[in-house]
Amino acid sequence: MSGGHSTYSPKTGLGRWMDARMPLPRLVHDSFVSYPVPRNLNYAYTFGGILSLMLAAQILTGIVLAMHYANDTSLAFQSVEKIMRDVNSGWLLRYLHSNGASMFFIAVYVHIMRGLYYGSYKAPRELLWILGCIIYLLMMATGFMGYVLPWGQMSFWGATVITGFFTAIPVVGDWIQQLLLGGFSVDNPTLNRFFALHYLLPFMIAGVVVLHVWALHVVGQTNPTGIEVKSKTDVVAFTPYATIKDAFGMIVFGLVFAYFVFYIPNYLGHPDNYIQANSLKTPAHIVPEWYYLPFYAILRAITFNIGPIDSKLGGVLAMFGSIAVLFFVPWLDTSKVRSAAYRPWYKLFFWLFVVNAIFLGWLGSRPAEGTYVALAQMSTLYYFAFFLIIMPVLGLIETPRRLPNSITEAVLEKNKGGAPVHPTGATASPETKG
Amino acid sequence: MSANDTIDPTRRDFLYVATGTAGVVAAAAVAWPFVDQMRPDASTLAASSIEVDVSSLTPGMSLTVKWRGKPVFIRNRTPEEVKAAQEVALDQLKDPVARNANLPSDAQATDADRSAGKDKENWLVMVGVCTHLGCVPLGHQGDFGGWFCPCHGSHYDTAGRIRKGPAPQNMAVPVFSFISDTTIRIG
Amino acid sequence: MKKILNGLAAFGLVMAGTFGAALAAEEGHNAAEPTHFPILHPAQEKWTFAGPFGTYDRAQLQRGLKVYKEVCSACHSMNLVAFRTLQDLGYSEAQVKAFAAEYEVQDGPNAEGEMFTRKATPNDHFPSPFANDAAAAAANNGAVPPDMSLLAKARSVERGFPTFIFDIFTQYAEGGPDYIHALLNGYDQQPPAGMEIAEGTHYNPYFINGKSLAMAKPISDGQVTYDDGAPQTVDQYSRDVAAFLMWAAEPHLEIRKQTGFRVMVFMLLFAGLIYLTKRKVWANVAH
Repeated sequence: MSGGHSTYSPKTGLGRWMDARMPLPRLVHDSFVSYPVPRNLNYAYTFGGILSLMLAAQILTGIVLAMHYANDTSLAFQSVEKIMRDVNSGWLLRYLHSNGASMFFIAVYVHIMRGLYYGSYKAPRELLWILGCIIYLLMMATGFMGYVLPWGQMSFWGATVITGFFTAIPVVGDWIQQLLLGGFSVDNPTLNRFFALHYLLPFMIAGVVVLHVWALHVVGQTNPTGIEVKSKTDVVAFTPYATIKDAFGMIVFGLVFAYFVFYIPNYLGHPDNYIQANSLKTPAHIVPEWYYLPFYAILRAITFNIGPIDSKLGGVLAMFGSIAVLFFVPWLDTSKVRSAAYRPWYKLFFWLFVVNAIFLGWLGSRPAEGTYVALAQMSTLYYFAFFLIIMPVLGLIETPRRLPNSITEAVLEKNKGGAPVHPTGATASPETKG
Repeated sequence: MSANDTIDPTRRDFLYVATGTAGVVAAAAVAWPFVDQMRPDASTLAASSIEVDVSSLTPGMSLTVKWRGKPVFIRNRTPEEVKAAQEVALDQLKDPVARNANLPSDAQATDADRSAGKDKENWLVMVGVCTHLGCVPLGHQGDFGGWFCPCHGSHYDTAGRIRKGPAPQNMAVPVFSFISDTTIRIG
Repeated sequence: MKKILNGLAAFGLVMAGTFGAALAAEEGHNAAEPTHFPILHPAQEKWTFAGPFGTYDRAQLQRGLKVYKEVCSACHSMNLVAFRTLQDLGYSEAQVKAFAAEYEVQDGPNAEGEMFTRKATPNDHFPSPFANDAAAAAANNGAVPPDMSLLAKARSVERGFPTFIFDIFTQYAEGGPDYIHALLNGYDQQPPAGMEIAEGTHYNPYFINGKSLAMAKPISDGQVTYDDGAPQTVDQYSRDVAAFLMWAAEPHLEIRKQTGFRVMVFMLLFAGLIYLTKRKVWANVAH
């Protein structure tokens, strides 16, 4: 998949026999051993590996939780508590799964922001980026349906509100909502189909991840300079260089994950979800899981009618638009320079965008009243302006800093006065091989 | 990078071995909860011992209770039934072992060792599952006045011993004890 | 790396500024007509089970169980908790059996097809004081007393910015017990002049969902007799019952924190090893 010719040469008879029939070892070797990666990747680039780990962890804990979960409105809440109280290691597996979802989203946000910062979406990586956006959408759907399963108050009312989005669609809205719910309100049919889909979607994510990695291995990784790989001195072999660096990223991320699971497992959850769902009593404030809060704030920011579009439909359109706009980023950015490292103005607006997104998240957790609404409207405006105005205009008018000629040159400049640089190729020098 | 870049090969190898070992330990530790969760949970284990009030059982009456998801037959046998069982010679038995969890595994299948023991010979407590393929035998039926399994035709006598048919063993006697004259604790 | 740190620092400053501005913009409260609840935030109490090495105080849990049994259980169910788990409180198997036998539970049907009541066994859960929610509401002026099994995790007053960020590092997870303690001590206060209190409800500035709640002051000084010399005050009762409810909601808290410590230590060492390996691997490659 690396695009170049394979360097795999089986040493054993069995290896050659296998290679002639189904060259799976060759595929693995070419993709994860000899595959060349830029030598100047920083730790922001370890999040792809971290995300693969999180997906695997979520699928594994999810499968064992499904062995104990009862998918019925009269049993779901009690069965989750049975997991927490009676099942051996059940509390651990459940906290791993619920906090794992949050960690998965933290990692995906870092991964997306890294892509936005280093211009990883620019040609020829448009498809790679779009596949990533699809994974993100699938993650949101999976996370939402998973949150419904414990059948707490937030599960129930979150499901009611989110499926209510669809009623904003003119003419067919109510019909679509009934289709999703399997009734007139969130009830047993809803829980059953959400469970089935929550079990299915992670495997669809895994499928799209395979495409994502395939696309990545065709075009190669970007790097902090944004300059394409030009020679063998620009790259190192995936194993051991990227492997060990990814491993370090994973273990540090795992430490944060473990801290949440063992010491503050309910910090990222909502207390109301420890109250069994009650279809006659709405909680005082309905808030979604933290990872949806920025979009929730955008939804609520549209409090006014825009021409023929009423505020309800407007809010839903703005919310879906805030995700849809990501798909067009490769064509919205007009800059010829890829990395923000050489774009002083873009760098500023980028960090503002990050602050703004977090601020939107905080606003999403506030009641929609008074000043919060006005602040959410301003933040929403900046969110869209960043993609629709700043990205296209800045690319045309900004003067980028001088770019180095190659990755190797950038590395040499950075290491000036340090140890001498040994030329190393994709196969690495013998003394560095483990 | 500093002077310690000139690495002693043994130190480097040690580091790799140590990291690899830690990785194996980590993988094993992570795997454990996934295996652990398959074991019977606390509520199942807590229900693995039950107490049964047998004060209402007069001779000739029996009771079936559920224990660990299986039927347990508790029978207050009549003197005739006990006598019939006691008169069976051991060499007539298909399975000469008592199969009584309260006794050593090589105890013989005498009627005394099948029943609740001295002074309580009239009490028979056994898991009501045919030792052939797990069906529940019917009481007061079969050629020996004990139990008869309708699935594949195994006949048990009044002490629950296999006498005829495909079943290989006597019906199992679970761990039990009389915690008072009228209460049996099973498990 | 330094660049990232600088970026983070600048980013933190901007964040603090914007949040601060937003908070300052929040409208002031009108004392007689508050719109945000609770009116008063619960104080942060000291709990033995807080922090990375927290453990339950068995004597306190036993006192809390007594308070629950003699006071709360008249109206509040606790139907996710099985009697057998009371062994965690330091009781023997026989004590638990005797405790369970004080309760009656419904069972059946018997051989005649009738439902009957029998003494509870350790395998039973705490029975509910009411047959169903409708009966509970009818007996309590329309308000169903919430089940107490998870109460200590189902109630927590929002901490606000920036406290909620510090809470990550201080491992604050006792919002439930703090709330229960504050609420039980929050009766006996006079509502501010001009505040209207709905009939059949009772003013309590710590109530999370309004200015008054349907539950009247449930417990007074001296109401429950302690035999271990602990003070028989509302303050002590409420601490004990809050700790007990935390145990009821999170029975595996101790093993969780103990496991956590081992896991964290192991992972730190493992991270160190991986880091050293990484340095060795990259030693001859400038990057």
